[in-house]
Amino acid sequence: MDHVIAARAQMGTSLAFHIVFAALGVGLPLLVFVAEGLWLRTKRRAYYDLARTWAKGMAILFAVGAVSGTILAFELGLLWPQFMKYAGGIIGLPFSLEGFAFFIEAIFIGLYLYGWERLSPRAHWLTALPIVISGAASAGFVTTANAWMNMPTGFRIENGKIVDVQPFVAMLSRPWLVEVVHTTLAAYVVTGFGAAAICAWALLRNGATANREQVRAGLTIAMIVASVAIPLQMIVGDVIARFDADNEPAKFASMEALFHTRRDAPITIGGIVFHDSVRYGLEIPDALSLLAAFDPHAEVKGLDRVPAYDRPPVAIVHYSFDAMVGSASLMLLIAFAWTVVTLRKRTAARWLLVGIALAGPLSVIAMEAGWFVTEFGRQPWIARGLLRTTDAVTIAPGLDVQFYGFSVVYVILAATCWWLLRRVGTHEHGGERTTLASEAQS
Amino acid sequence: MTLVLGAALVALGALALYAVFGGADFGGGVWDLLASGPRRDAQRDAISNAIGPVWESNHVWLIFALVALFTCFPPAYADIATYLNAPVTIALAGIVLRGAAFVFRNYASDAVNTARTWTAVFGASSIIAPFFLGDAAGALATGSYAWTSPFALSVGAFAVALSAQIAAVFLVRESADRALRDDFRRRAVRATLAVWIVGLIPALLARSAEPSFFAALTAPSARIAIITAMLLGIAVMLLIARHRDTLARLAVGAEALAVLAGWFGAQAPSLVPGHWTLEAAAASPAMLEAFLIAAAGGAIVLIPSLLLLFAVFKGPAPSR
Repeated sequence: MDHVIAARAQMGTSLAFHIVFAALGVGLPLLVFVAEGLWLRTKRRAYYDLARTWAKGMAILFAVGAVSGTILAFELGLLWPQFMKYAGGIIGLPFSLEGFAFFIEAIFIGLYLYGWERLSPRAHWLTALPIVISGAASAGFVTTANAWMNMPTGFRIENGKIVDVQPFVAMLSRPWLVEVVHTTLAAYVVTGFGAAAICAWALLRNGATANREQVRAGLTIAMIVASVAIPLQMIVGDVIARFDADNEPAKFASMEALFHTRRDAPITIGGIVFHDSVRYGLEIPDALSLLAAFDPHAEVKGLDRVPAYDRPPVAIVHYSFDAMVGSASLMLLIAFAWTVVTLRKRTAARWLLVGIALAGPLSVIAMEAGWFVTEFGRQPWIARGLLRTTDAVTIAPGLDVQFYGFSVVYVILAATCWWLLRRVGTHEHGGERTTLASEAQS
Repeated sequence: MTLVLGAALVALGALALYAVFGGADFGGGVWDLLASGPRRDAQRDAISNAIGPVWESNHVWLIFALVALFTCFPPAYADIATYLNAPVTIALAGIVLRGAAFVFRNYASDAVNTARTWTAVFGASSIIAPFFLGDAAGALATGSYAWTSPFALSVGAFAVALSAQIAAVFLVRESADRALRDDFRRRAVRATLAVWIVGLIPALLARSAEPSFFAALTAPSARIAIITAMLLGIAVMLLIARHRDTLARLAVGAEALAVLAGWFGAQAPSLVPGHWTLEAAAASPAMLEAFLIAAAGGAIVLIPSLLLLFAVFKGPAPSR
């Protein structure tokens, strides 16, 4: 395997794996916080059971997220040492702050998961709040570093050397705010739809006869989070698309598979991407000009404005973008339908439960695809305009072996997680930790 | 110089705390693997209960040390990550398997075979991770990046022994049961002897194979730290034997800190001997300043949170 490809494959696999756990690690504490809060208010057993069940899932997912995140922190340097050599001294600040945010997360998750018997109910409930805040903060800090990779700033280059570093300026590069909001909302979209999908699935399969009240409560809480997050996410996505049209034209043109700069530019959905054109796609006339500049006749920059050696891989960016927007649109529809049904005080019908169950995987597809868009869309740069991915890679040997090895590990971990979460969800006391000693006696 | 030294001390501090708390975690895994005798299951339960609430935060010290290194000394970090790619990658595989195995076996405890498999993974990866982290540290200390050298490997073995020692001492106070305490008391004494013996090997190897590092180790500041560590090792055994468990904990923590201080004393002002001094590898003063500000600000939130965590789980048993 080619050296750079092996490094990118390893980084990509690690991130694709971690991002799911990270998103759930950001979102689940909110669900747990709400469920336990409702229990404290109403004293209804179903809310307590719900909080306990979600907390078990959170424990498993957070642990895998934490260790896979550790791998990523190291892989930045293990795979891209030349990048860290330049970027570490410029963009280290958000990583440092992320270190603290992650610390607070880890501390309070320990307090929350193991503190049910040791803390008063109210104090226990409140330990979830720092997890909610620091979870969002850590995702935010990491994303500011990614924003910098898209538009590096906070330094000057003099005679080939980086001088005049301003860490706080680097941290607040131009795309930071929109990217941070987009990433954080993605976490709530995935958690909301993911948790709702599991509840919907339970209702579809056997009507959740054993714990119907708990499952229904879970569905409602999760769908409220999802239904608030998804429209906001699409608005922010629209803002980002316009930002990219102005500031990251190569990424934008690849997303839209726009090869030639033109007025009255259409939006092309799908199609087959060839070397310098896209054919057989569904075209919406003038829509791209309208979207990018609020003017159906506005000129939109195409890939012809970007030198060939600076172009991202168009096909994957375009298809990923379509997958993201398509999934998001379906999720919006499902959220809308659920909101209408719920506001009319009806219970969700079978077709709606099927839709919600499908929205779970869709939310993960949307997030992975969105991440593909931003990462492949930045290629061939690791830090746009500053350092190429091929120049950043390590000279250390054996990257292909590492890639295969870590891939196997991730597959095993994902499969075990899936198996365990099913047990936690379906067994009445499934996954409750019993001590080995008491087990042996009984 | 003050900024550079400040950043280096923050990085070293994080690494030292990782050696103590992360070491205790790894050592817990070692004793899990070596659990034996009539109270084998009870030993494993005590280990699970002790590690459960704190292992995730214990491991953030490593991330923090890493971030400090790549933020404040980026070119040296780039070299370290390049030339020590292999041992660090193996250690990482150990870290990810270990954390995952720990939760998997706890949440699958009613599926006996699965739990047993992950318990084995937990134990094995708890040895692999500290071994290769220690190995990387040894390879770094000589400046040769020779991670397969006998010296580097012996430092790896030393790291495992040290982890086991710290864990055994910490575990003594983690169980209410007297017999169980005595199990860990015996293990603490044995592990301390092991640290002594295994600690001699890298010293002897350095003497013959790494003369420049050996000379650095015998320089005054390093020598004081090493002698302190050895004396603290004796103190740990005496305190454990006399049931002064809290003091023993402090002593073993101080011992680990002294070992790290000895390493730092031998290396300073080099970061990678022969390749990078702290000064040459340092990022711009603006970055160092921003990092130290962030570290100070973060500490204000972190320290009370950590104290709360340890007060809730490591203090006296709850009255509720």
